[in-house]
Amino acid sequence: MTFNRRRFVQATGALGLASALPIHAQAGSMRLGLMTVKTGPLASGGIDMERALVQYLKEHSNTLAGRKVDLFVGDSGGVPAQSRTKTQELVERDKIQVMIGPLDTASALATDDYIRSAQLLTLSVAAAEDMTQRKPNPWFTRGTSTSSQCSMPLADYCAKTLKMKRMAVIADDIAYGHEMCAGFMRVFEDAGGKVVQRMFPPLTVPDYGTYLAQLKTNVDGIFLGFAGSNGFRFLRQMNEYGLIKKITPVGGMTALDEAVLRNMGDEALGIVTSCWYSAEIENPINQKFVSGFRNDWKYDPGFYAAATYTEAAVLDATLQAIKGNIEDKAAFMKTVRSVKVDTCRGPVQFDQYGNVVGNIYIRKVERKDGRLVNRVIHTYPNVSQFWTYKPEEFLKNPVYSRDFPPYKNLES
Amino acid sequence: MRIANLTHGSLYMLGAYLGVTVLRYVPNLWLAALVGGCTTAVAGGLLERLILRRLGTNVLGQVLVTLGISFIVADLCLILWGGDPIPVPTPPALQQPLRIAGFMFPAYRLVVVAIAIVTAIGLYFLMERTRLGAMIRAGVDDMQMARAVGIPVSRLFTTVFCLGAALAGAGGVIGGPIMSAYPGLDADMLPLALIVVMLGGVGSLLGAFVGSFIIGAVYTFGIALLPDLAYVILFLPMIFVIAFRPRGLFGRHAV
Repeated sequence: MTFNRRRFVQATGALGLASALPIHAQAGSMRLGLMTVKTGPLASGGIDMERALVQYLKEHSNTLAGRKVDLFVGDSGGVPAQSRTKTQELVERDKIQVMIGPLDTASALATDDYIRSAQLLTLSVAAAEDMTQRKPNPWFTRGTSTSSQCSMPLADYCAKTLKMKRMAVIADDIAYGHEMCAGFMRVFEDAGGKVVQRMFPPLTVPDYGTYLAQLKTNVDGIFLGFAGSNGFRFLRQMNEYGLIKKITPVGGMTALDEAVLRNMGDEALGIVTSCWYSAEIENPINQKFVSGFRNDWKYDPGFYAAATYTEAAVLDATLQAIKGNIEDKAAFMKTVRSVKVDTCRGPVQFDQYGNVVGNIYIRKVERKDGRLVNRVIHTYPNVSQFWTYKPEEFLKNPVYSRDFPPYKNLES
Repeated sequence: MRIANLTHGSLYMLGAYLGVTVLRYVPNLWLAALVGGCTTAVAGGLLERLILRRLGTNVLGQVLVTLGISFIVADLCLILWGGDPIPVPTPPALQQPLRIAGFMFPAYRLVVVAIAIVTAIGLYFLMERTRLGAMIRAGVDDMQMARAVGIPVSRLFTTVFCLGAALAGAGGVIGGPIMSAYPGLDADMLPLALIVVMLGGVGSLLGAFVGSFIIGAVYTFGIALLPDLAYVILFLPMIFVIAFRPRGLFGRHAV
C-alpha cells in the first residue's frame, strides 16, 4: 500500500474526528491533568504524586465541588523538553482545564511560557523561586514551598536553638541547591553565624569521597541541600568516613524525605531537617491521609505525595468557592490567592505572587514502631517565601544563586 | 570483539539490584556478588547471541541497540525494585574507618581497591599468559585466520562477553555499599567506563588499567583543586589524548 498525500489527509482527518468525539460526550465533568514523572531517576516521587492524587479523588467519590473529575496523567521522564511537550498534549489533546505539576524545577521553567500562552491553571510542586517572585506567572500557584522557604527557618533554628556558630553547606549544583544554600546562609549569618565552607557537587556525581575528604572538621554542622537519592548516599558515605559523629548534619526539605528514610539505617537517627510536611504531623486530615496511604502502599507518604494531596485540597477548596465553575479562569486564579484551606500540612493560604504561606516544621529522625520517622520538634507558623524580610526589599535583590548573596566568610 | 557496548552501565546496575535482593535472604556480600555476576553473565550472553551477533560489524547499529536496551533495563529495574534508593549494607567487619597516618580511611574502600587490583592481575594473566587468552587475541586481531586454524571464535566471543558482563554485575554488588542501588546508577557509571576505555585505548588491558588510574587521579584531585571545573574535568584528559593519539594511549592498530 502506498501512502500518498490523499490517503494521509484522509487518515489524519479520521483520527482528528475520532479524538474529538469523546470530548463532547463528557461535558459536565471536569478535566484534571497531572504532570508527573513515572520513568527515569525521578520516578519514585512522581509515582507517589499519582498515588496521592488518586487517593484524594477516591476519598471524594471522584467529585470536586459537585463536578465529576476525569484524570489525565502525563509522564515526562524527568526531561524538561518532554515535560513541555506532554503538557501541550494534555492541554490540546486531552483538553485539561487545570494541571497539578510539574514535579521538578527545570520542567516548571521549561513549561513557563506555555502555561502563560495557554492560560493553563497550574498548581505546581516545583520549587523555582522566581516563578513566584520577580517573574510571577499569573497562572501558576505553588502549595509546597520555594527552595529557600524551608531552609531559612532551619538556619534560624541552627543559630538560635542548636547554637551553631560555624557551618558548612553542600548541595547539588543546580538552581534548587543554590537557592536553598543561599537562603540558609543569609539567615544563618544574619543571626550571627558564619558559613565557612560551601560545596556544589555535580548532580550526577556517583561518589562523594572527594568532597568528604575536603570537609572541614572544625565546623559545628553541615547543611545538606540534596534532592533524591543524593542526600541518602552522602549520609551513608559520611558515616563510612566516620564523620557523622564529629559534624552534625542538618538537612533541607528533600534531604531526608520519608521516601529516602524508609531505606535508611541507624546512621539517620537524630538528624534534624526542615520541611513544610512530615508524615508525623498531628492533624486529623494528615492522620487520615497517612493511614489511607499506608494501608494502600505499606509506606509513609513523603514530600511528593503530600504535595499532590495538598494541591488537590487547594483545588477542591477553590472550586467550592467558585461553585465549580472552572471555566472562569480569571475567577479561579483570583480565588486561589485568597482561599484559606486546612490541608494535611496544616493551614495554608497564598500570597499575591501565588506562593504558599504555611507552617514549616523542624523535624528529627526517630525510630517508631520499628521504622524511621521525621518527628516534628518545632513549628514555625505561617512562613512566607520571604521569611521575615520585607517582600519589597527582598524582591529588589537578585534571585538567590551561587553567588548571591555573596558568601563572605568562606575559609580556604 | 570490537563491540560498542552501552549496556555496561545497565549490567552494573542490574548486578547491584540483584545483589540487594540476594542480601535480603542471605546476608553475605560476596555470595551476592557471585550471584549478581553469574546472572548478569547469562544476561550478557543472551544479549550477545540473540541481538549483537546479528548486527555484525555495524557499529552504529550496536550503539543504538545497546543504548535502547539500556533504557529498557533501566525501566525494568524501576518496575521490579521501585524508584527509591536501596542501600547495600557494608560487611560488619569492614564498617569502621581505619586511621592511617592521621587520616581516616573507610576500611571497605581499601578492600574494594584490593579486589580491583587482584581482578586486573587475574585478567592480565588470562589474556597474556594462557592459551585461552592467546586464542581471544588471535580472534580479535584476525577472525578469518583464527577460524581457519580451528579456533572456535564464535563461542569464544560469547564467553568473553559473558565474562565482561559478569565483572560488571559483580562490580555493581561490590560497589553497592559505597554507591547503593538507585535508578540512574547506570547513567552515572557508564561514562566512567567509556572514558577509561577511550583514554587507555580500545582492546588494551594495560590501557584500561592506566586509563582508570589517570581518570581516578584527575577526577579526585581536579574536584578538590578546581571545584568549578567538576563537570569538564573528567573529559579534559580524554579530549587531549584523542586529539593527539586517536586510538588512546595503548590502543592497538586495526588489522
